[in-house]
Amino acid sequence: MNAAVLQPVQEALTQKIQVKNLNFYYGGFHALKDINLQIPERRVTAFIGPSGCGKSTLLRTFNRMYALYPKQEARGEIFIDGEDILSPRQDLNRLRAKVGMVFQKPTPFPMSIHDNIAFGVRLYESLSAREMEERVEWALRKAALWEEVKDKLKQSGTSLSGGQQQRLCIARGIAVKPEVLLLDEPASALDPISTGRIEELVHELKNDYTIVIVTHNMQQAARVSDYTAYMYLGEMMEFGVTDEVFIKPKKKETEDYITGRFG
Amino acid sequence: MSASMAIMGLYSRRLWINRFNLAVSLLTMLIGLFWLGWILLTLFEAGFKALGPALFFTMTPPPGASGGLSNAIAGSVIMAATGTLIGTPIGMMAGIYLAEFGSRGWLAPVTRFINDILLSAPSIVVGLFVYEVYVIHTRHFSAWAGTLALALIVIPVVIRTTENMLRLVPDSLREAAAALGAPQWKVITLVTVRAAKAGIITGILLAVARISGETAPLLFTALNNQFWSLDMNQPMANLPVVIFQFAMSPYENWQHLAWAGALLITMGVLVLNILARVFFRNKSPTY
Repeated sequence: MNAAVLQPVQEALTQKIQVKNLNFYYGGFHALKDINLQIPERRVTAFIGPSGCGKSTLLRTFNRMYALYPKQEARGEIFIDGEDILSPRQDLNRLRAKVGMVFQKPTPFPMSIHDNIAFGVRLYESLSAREMEERVEWALRKAALWEEVKDKLKQSGTSLSGGQQQRLCIARGIAVKPEVLLLDEPASALDPISTGRIEELVHELKNDYTIVIVTHNMQQAARVSDYTAYMYLGEMMEFGVTDEVFIKPKKKETEDYITGRFG
Repeated sequence: MSASMAIMGLYSRRLWINRFNLAVSLLTMLIGLFWLGWILLTLFEAGFKALGPALFFTMTPPPGASGGLSNAIAGSVIMAATGTLIGTPIGMMAGIYLAEFGSRGWLAPVTRFINDILLSAPSIVVGLFVYEVYVIHTRHFSAWAGTLALALIVIPVVIRTTENMLRLVPDSLREAAAALGAPQWKVITLVTVRAAKAGIITGILLAVARISGETAPLLFTALNNQFWSLDMNQPMANLPVVIFQFAMSPYENWQHLAWAGALLITMGVLVLNILARVFFRNKSPTY
């Protein structure tokens, strides 16, 4: 992909994540083709595109989630804070402590609400019981879940509703105080009210975190993101300020997809 | 009109086919239950005569005298418990390996295949094997040999259930834990195994149920002991072998005790199975 499609970022922002000539393979399948991209710090960047275009694959390279599976391979460079995370010397657990992720389906652990949040915190910090309580409350308040669960922190995380479970997963993700938060279609399994809550949450969280969100919902991308990347068949078609991508896209393909003529 | 008649015809035919199949299924179920009911009834009828406090507090008697099964009960409990204690950790760890690390390399598929053979091997083979490698070398039958044989039966059962139950845990849960920066061993011990806990415990209980009735592997290993003995290096009495010996004997009091022992084992296995079901139903998380 030539550099012309890459919109120069207009604000003077620090680039948190820089992707250079990234290629990704599922065995023999070439899923990402020469991706170049710069993701600004403390902003929300949305990845949109039809199913199978590689947006989730790209997202999963940022915390090297793909490394859990054999036969999945990324080539190229991804710099987070100037450090190449694809280098073999990169410690995966440290990387993932810094780059949090929330998945499409809520995945509460089979333990209490309190322990769900404490799980990640305990991995890298040793807090006293009181500090831990404060951290759990802080994370739950950030995720707008505290009022609903403050009296049942000892109940199982699986006893919550779907929307509450997803907010629990977000709380769990921010409790470890990561710098980047990856959201992989976080609201696609939720009802409109829970979706609205999560979108509000994204708005609030971008003050402290760099957020990358994959979504199938065009309106959602327009509502929550500052920057949007349109992907198609493993290629980065267009990247720029969300308003511009949605109002006057540079490419015909992007316009077709956004207006619903295709996809 | 004719179209709707045809639809009605089709519908009523389906209704009859449905009724017929339901009736056949019900019938086959009743045939199965009939034998089970008969076995339980016979056990209760014949074993009831010897049932009483003496059964639990007196030892196996000589022919014609009165006595109970206390030494055999104790021996069975000790050997089944020790066998489970030895077999469970080995089986669980092997099952965890197969489920969590078994996607790469050739070792896991080979292990799985061998385990399947072990799982379906007749228990008499296991008994003979332990006789050959342990009893012959120590030159006497012993409770340890019996325990070893029972552990060898427990291991494949626990491996299989552990692996199956861990595979039921969705990958998204593993990813979620890994995404927080948890190293793999913590993902496994704190999240995956915990999510599969109810299923794994059910598998262990079923393995205990299976070994509490095994006769063949004990016949060549622990043999029997007419005295009270808790020495693991000596032959040890146990319910299955006592039942085998007493039921074949011409003495009426021995035959009664054999029935009582059979009733005890059956009740024990029944209780274990019910426990396993209750446990699985209550604790199994839904995804």
